Amino acid sequence: MDLHLDDLTVTVDGRDLVDRLNLTVTSGEVVGLVGPNGSGKSTALRCVYRALRPSGGVVRVGGSDLWRLPLRTGAQRLAALTQEGGADFDFTVAEIVALGRSPHKSGNQPLTEAERAQCVRAMEQLDILHLAHRGILELSGGERQRTLIARAIVQQPKVMVLDEPTNHLDVRHQLRLLDHLRRSGLTVLVVLHDLNLAAATCDRIGVLADGRLVAAGRPADVLTTRLIRDVFGVEASIVEHPITGDPQVLFTLDGARSDSESPSPMKGTRS
Amino acid sequence: MRSPPSAIENDNDYHYAIWPRLPLKSVMRTVRTTATAATAIRTAITARAIRFSGLVESGDSATGTIATAPSASPVGKPPPSPRSLDGRSGTVVLVTVLTVVLVGSVFVAIGLGSAVVPPADTARYLWAALTEGVIVPDEVTRYQIIWQIRTPRVLLAVIVGAGLSAVGAAIQALVRNSLADPYILGVSSGASVGAVTVSLFGVLSALGIYAVSVGAFIGALIATALVYLIAHGRGGVSPLRLVLTGVALSFGFQALMSVMIYFTPTNEATGTVLFWTMGSFGAATWGTLPVAAGFVVVGILVLQRHSRALDVMSLGDETAASLGVDAVSARRRLFVVTAVMTGAMVAVSGTIGFVGLVIPHITRMVIGATHARLLLIAPFFGAILMVWVDLLARTIVAPRELQLGVLTALIGVPVFVYLMRRNGYVFGGR
Repeated sequence: MDLHLDDLTVTVDGRDLVDRLNLTVTSGEVVGLVGPNGSGKSTALRCVYRALRPSGGVVRVGGSDLWRLPLRTGAQRLAALTQEGGADFDFTVAEIVALGRSPHKSGNQPLTEAERAQCVRAMEQLDILHLAHRGILELSGGERQRTLIARAIVQQPKVMVLDEPTNHLDVRHQLRLLDHLRRSGLTVLVVLHDLNLAAATCDRIGVLADGRLVAAGRPADVLTTRLIRDVFGVEASIVEHPITGDPQVLFTLDGARSDSESPSPMKGTRS
Repeated sequence: MRSPPSAIENDNDYHYAIWPRLPLKSVMRTVRTTATAATAIRTAITARAIRFSGLVESGDSATGTIATAPSASPVGKPPPSPRSLDGRSGTVVLVTVLTVVLVGSVFVAIGLGSAVVPPADTARYLWAALTEGVIVPDEVTRYQIIWQIRTPRVLLAVIVGAGLSAVGAAIQALVRNSLADPYILGVSSGASVGAVTVSLFGVLSALGIYAVSVGAFIGALIATALVYLIAHGRGGVSPLRLVLTGVALSFGFQALMSVMIYFTPTNEATGTVLFWTMGSFGAATWGTLPVAAGFVVVGILVLQRHSRALDVMSLGDETAASLGVDAVSARRRLFVVTAVMTGAMVAVSGTIGFVGLVIPHITRMVIGATHARLLLIAPFFGAILMVWVDLLARTIVAPRELQLGVLTALIGVPVFVYLMRRNGYVFGGR
């Protein structure tokens, strides 16, 4: 199922947080959004998982205007991992994961055996089955994040949007998660901060700066020394991954730089 | 023919001879039975939970236990009780046990008081009342104490205890705040202002003896509506704004009430205010009981129908949207329900603190946070607690009555502390 953002615009108090963003994620494709803090990545994503109504433009999922679909129908097609940190009350991991089924249920309808088995499988995949009956509030950040991802998987969407899913995850679970996303066959739009993970995971990358899409394309085409300097205001060296051939971005701390013409660290950053 | 019952209700010889032994024993018995039953139920739920996921609790308890409260006792700390995705069989047993305990408590509470009526007689009077049976003239006074005074009073305690617990649980989820209680939206102070207005200025006098209650009800609703409208901002109502506005306006209403009383210092006004701020079931009659019961029972059913929505809303508004629940509109609808329920309860019993705040937490500690079970079990806990608290309040220093809030706190706080330390209960957020 395709995901289209057509001229997506979010204006708050006269400022364009997202400015005419056009982006297409074709069925089964993994597209990453990168950009500095405050560049509008999360804002754009919030319009997709319907936490924020766009001021202009359209979000289309499988052809239909998402914001005109009933909330539940939308949630059956599209699952999200938001930046909200889980529950306020001590639900168990199993209970949180089971809530992923709620768009497919009316009212208080109980889960079927098949759906429970599905919850167990998702917890297995994310390596949290042993935590099934633990309270969510006593888990570590990474365990909690994996619980929320399991919930999104149980939702059985066609499209998944994730806002910094690798937050709090250790390196093994970061790789496992992104690997899982790649192989899931889902249409994925994901905000990532780690450019190397983005390069390794995404079919295409979109770069946002000041709410505008400044570059989009294959990681090797997008991630250049010049773009990283312009958008992030840092100097980077790009090398080729010895095995996969993906671009790898290497940073150097200013103090450790050997050449004398190092640029000022804040050059090019935007407020 | 109806003689004033106070003559017997205040009969302290009777009272002091019987009181210290009889009810304490039944209290202890009830507590023991409940504790045993709770253990059995937890075992049942655990067994089912393990069967469900097809695994035995593994030893990975090293991670993630940092946040649990340290145990009070150095030895024999029981492991945190695991809860299941679906403990329906356990829930059925629990509901059955609680129903029995509740009915038993009601029966005991009707029989006890300043004038103790033996259980056989209590049963006979209740039976006579329900079947329009015959009472010998000698027993008319005792019959009236049982049927006209104590029965509505105890039933009102059941209704209000159940209602406050359900509303408290729902409100805590709606505003995503563990400190919220049914009065958070200014309901109680609004009700007091309404009641005082009615008794001072004589508005609504066409309603006769119900005028003050209706005034309190209307005051409660106006207060809630005001809080909601003021808190309303761009993109709906944020939970925190709502709580803050509720707290701020409560102070405003209290000030308004003080001013009204200051300028018209009649005994009646002071009495009215005292009743509404301290809370009592003393005004219970068969006339008002069905109305309050209707509001509360229908309200609890409506809240229960929204259990899964409440679960989803406790995950946050954005997550709720991604799971197909419109948190803003659901919150608005459920607030109307809780406001009407609380308004109806305040109108007949005044403000009874603590129950609506703590019973939801106590219930979560025992059966977990899922609202389908929480909204089913919490009303039982609240009703049972309220019946015993009211019984103590009217007997312990008879003929005077203790403030209900004092006793709910005296009983509830130790239970709460015990459960919290034993289970390592974690409140919203860390």
